[in-house]
Amino acid sequence: MSIAFGNPDRPNSYIGKTVPRPNARKLVQGRGRYVDDIVLPRMVHVAFVRSPFAHARITGIEAEAAKGVKGVLRVFTGADLAEVCTPWVGVLAHLKGLKSPPQHALAVDRAAWVGEPVVAVVATSRAAAEDGAALVEVDYDPLPVVTDTMTALDADTPVLHPDLGDNLAFRRLHEEGDVAAAMASAHKVISARFRTARHTGVTPEPRSILVDWSPADGQMTAYHATQAPHMIQTVLAAHLDLPESRVRVICGDVGGSYGIKVHVYPDEVATAAIAKVMGRPVKFIADRLESFSTDIHARDHEIEAKIAVDAEGRILAMDVDDWTGIGPYSVYPRTSAIEGNQVVNLCGGPYDFANYRARTTVVFQNKTPTCQYRAVGHPIAVAITEGLVDMAAAALGMDPVEIRRRNMYADDAYPVTSPAKMRFEGLSHHASMDKLMEMMDYDALRADQAEARKRGKHRGIGIASFIELTNPSPFMYGIGGARISAQDGCTVRMDPDGSIVALSGVTEQGQGTEAMLSQVVAEGVGVLPSSVRVITGDTQVTPYGGGTWASRGAGIGGEAALQAARALRQSILEVAAAMLQADAGALDIRDGQVVTAETGEQRLPLEELGRIVYFRGDTLPKGLPRELVQTRHFITMDYPFAFTNGVQASYLEVDTDTGVVTLLNHWCVEDCGRVINPQLVDEQIRGGIVQGLGGALYEEIHYDSEGQLLNGSMADYLVPMAAEMPDMQIGHVETPTKESELGAKGAGEAGTAGAPAAVMNAINDALRPLGAQVTEMPFTPERILRALGTIQD
Amino acid sequence: MKASAGGYARAVDVPHALELMAGSAGAGRYLAGGQSLVAALNMRLSEGDMLIDISRIADLSGIREDGDHLRIGALTRHADIGRDALIRTHAPLLSDAVRHIAHAAIRNRGTIGGALAHADPAAEFPACALALGATLHAQGGTGTRDIAAEEFFEDVFTTTLAEGEILTGLSVPKAEAGEVQVIEEVARRSGDYALTGLCLVRRAAGHRLSIFSAGPVPMLARGAMAALDAGDLDAAVEALRAEIDPPSDTQASGSYRRHLAGVLLRRAVKRIEGDRA
Repeated sequence: MSIAFGNPDRPNSYIGKTVPRPNARKLVQGRGRYVDDIVLPRMVHVAFVRSPFAHARITGIEAEAAKGVKGVLRVFTGADLAEVCTPWVGVLAHLKGLKSPPQHALAVDRAAWVGEPVVAVVATSRAAAEDGAALVEVDYDPLPVVTDTMTALDADTPVLHPDLGDNLAFRRLHEEGDVAAAMASAHKVISARFRTARHTGVTPEPRSILVDWSPADGQMTAYHATQAPHMIQTVLAAHLDLPESRVRVICGDVGGSYGIKVHVYPDEVATAAIAKVMGRPVKFIADRLESFSTDIHARDHEIEAKIAVDAEGRILAMDVDDWTGIGPYSVYPRTSAIEGNQVVNLCGGPYDFANYRARTTVVFQNKTPTCQYRAVGHPIAVAITEGLVDMAAAALGMDPVEIRRRNMYADDAYPVTSPAKMRFEGLSHHASMDKLMEMMDYDALRADQAEARKRGKHRGIGIASFIELTNPSPFMYGIGGARISAQDGCTVRMDPDGSIVALSGVTEQGQGTEAMLSQVVAEGVGVLPSSVRVITGDTQVTPYGGGTWASRGAGIGGEAALQAARALRQSILEVAAAMLQADAGALDIRDGQVVTAETGEQRLPLEELGRIVYFRGDTLPKGLPRELVQTRHFITMDYPFAFTNGVQASYLEVDTDTGVVTLLNHWCVEDCGRVINPQLVDEQIRGGIVQGLGGALYEEIHYDSEGQLLNGSMADYLVPMAAEMPDMQIGHVETPTKESELGAKGAGEAGTAGAPAAVMNAINDALRPLGAQVTEMPFTPERILRALGTIQD
Repeated sequence: MKASAGGYARAVDVPHALELMAGSAGAGRYLAGGQSLVAALNMRLSEGDMLIDISRIADLSGIREDGDHLRIGALTRHADIGRDALIRTHAPLLSDAVRHIAHAAIRNRGTIGGALAHADPAAEFPACALALGATLHAQGGTGTRDIAAEEFFEDVFTTTLAEGEILTGLSVPKAEAGEVQVIEEVARRSGDYALTGLCLVRRAAGHRLSIFSAGPVPMLARGAMAALDAGDLDAAVEALRAEIDPPSDTQASGSYRRHLAGVLLRRAVKRIEGDRA
């Protein structure tokens, strides 16, 4: 029996409704349990001495003074830890040609970015560890520094890793059709240069890990703020020479991740190695300066791109040349080539066109390593695509909405394969655009814009259609050899009191995974969501799974939970049928009661069934299956990824005297398939939009030419704040994936994917009558005035 | 990072604070609202300080009329200045400036004396003190003295306060009939330090224009003031742009700040002209 999603009045209809979050009360009352809240007996703290140079040989380490500080217990160098912890290499087999040198937990012989950990000081308190760290003397012999991406491959640029031959980490060229011929015969060809700034994720809770090693039972326990506990289990086991089964990763409350906490960080592995050496619990909590210099960075791309259109505005070809600098190492184990690869995969995504060429060039440099951050590659690809489409519309004198309607895949065209060879199961670009037009009242907004212009106000409307990659299969990492699980599992059991416990391999980072799981399980079994307790984030307890990344929690973890819940429901009904001497098919479970399906008549409360099964099993027929626990795993098989789609719009005003942009309104219509919890989805979209707006207007990590980080604090690295944020109107079109019964695709990254392009297009819409255009993010007041020619020196 | 303070003592009155400072062997730092000092300690930009907490000295707080001046205690919190009726009536520039200062949590703790003594070149209150022609009151081991705002700001984070001297308050002249005071600034986000800002006061005796976040110290733009007195706005903008040599940083270049100064002056003048109309 399948769920009648179309009927909102069906029994136990929790999927599709906003239900309370089971963990909200705890978090609001300050009773969450983050890693830093955990205190273990004999626990010590580690602080790291970090490289002040972007590139330098380490010629000597003098730590005697540090060892004399009260409370300091031990000091570890890179050479010390290399004896107990093997280095890693961040490459994947399916990213052909990707190369990266071995990376150690602490730098050995050479430091390659400002902030790389060089020495670890362990003490009875963090303050004492810092006192000790301040006294460690490291002798550095500075080496030539590589900072600029575009000249990294030039013959006269020093090679960062001589063993690798050159500074090229990865390059991929994708060609489809005949781009040159299409460009040559096109009505118009528009070129532009785009730049997206280096960002970082700025999680409210910094990176945190507490590792305990028990030599007595050969067990390592890592309390870790992570998105992927099972992946970390594998990594710690592999590099610390432990059986995987003897590493337990526990991930309690996590204060935001955004992709930052799904990577392997040398200081965190060092913490685990130190715990193993010292045989006592070791805690490391990154402070904010460490976060800015060592959390992964992202989005540092420079792009030259072209679009060719015919006289009717039909897209004939796109040509994209993308460059990105990833720091000195490809980050383990997901690699730092994925973002550039995504740009190649995603450019032109919403549009039906034939000729496509895209190349990404990924180079090494002496800056903080970059890796996957929320909406990996999407904001870049959407900015390129939607920027070019708007420029083409302007060149043709066509409305930006009209040019999109002429090129977007028809809603009945699916399944379809894009020129980038992405396979789309079912998208709704036109329906989404129609809904957006209605929500924003596009024509009235254009009239307002014209009226404002008469008053000397420069307002702009920006549209950005997008696709988003969600629900990844093993095609994302597994085929490349990484032990990163694309499948996920859920165990659902009924306890004697009739309550339900769900153990899931997907994780809670504060985004509401546990709420989603509770309502899916509640509907699947037939109980109230408040009767479901959800347990996540413990590799010794939950089914094996991938965790939280690439917007997979609801689509994959949710489906596993639904299947497990429905299997448990069937088990319960079989026991109930025996007890009631009825046909299991004629019974149902509603609100925690076994009922007659047809009439809804209550027959048996689940707690009574639990009492019989667990305490008076003697009264049940011999041989009756009575396992009130079921586990199901789910993996996508038909498509490598479940693509979603959507469209955003921005309305803003540009002060052409100061260059300040004021956001007036923002809209997003997106299609994540089945919406399980409308409020959670809307807030995911809003939160994502805010991060996208940060990229558009504020966020930019600055380095000088020596590779020194210039703005490593919350005062200098500007994240978007509430006062500058516009109202955000969210709408949905639902095209469920047929890969699962639940039909859910991911919703976590759509907001971030489209917002920067919408803002860019709105600013350029406002500036176009003045002959100015901006394509370099963030669009600071100064960049806008320079585009206007107001400032020239 | 964990702060590494050398000690802490709470002063009960100003003489006590001065005594603690004298006995600190050069390590003493006065702690008032702590909104800059504590952040610096937490980043270990300053270590081993002997913190002398003056925040509970009641005499140093509050606002009162003093003839044709307002006397403002150094420990008066930003938030209190923002909502004070005397300030609103007699020195509205300070009320308006509070709206631009940081966020509520910082305004609730930060003090006007701390802001003046810290002398951040991008802060609002130092520029207000200059534009209003305030007199700053200090007390040290050798007694009390008054310092004109024009003589107070020496360099980035540096004032003419002597070693160990405490800024106890300031006096600002009450606005005369018809006096107009405005503050204009542009910041990247509300609550951020200004990219550049200025305070403009128009009195019978003439204009007073101070500019902040445009150099190492807030400064009176005397050339622009003279041009404004002569009624030549374009010349004032030119003079202002020539008088400043703003720095470049990750938020904006000096060129942008110079341009912005001119834009802000035109806006400020438009506002005070509007008030006259």
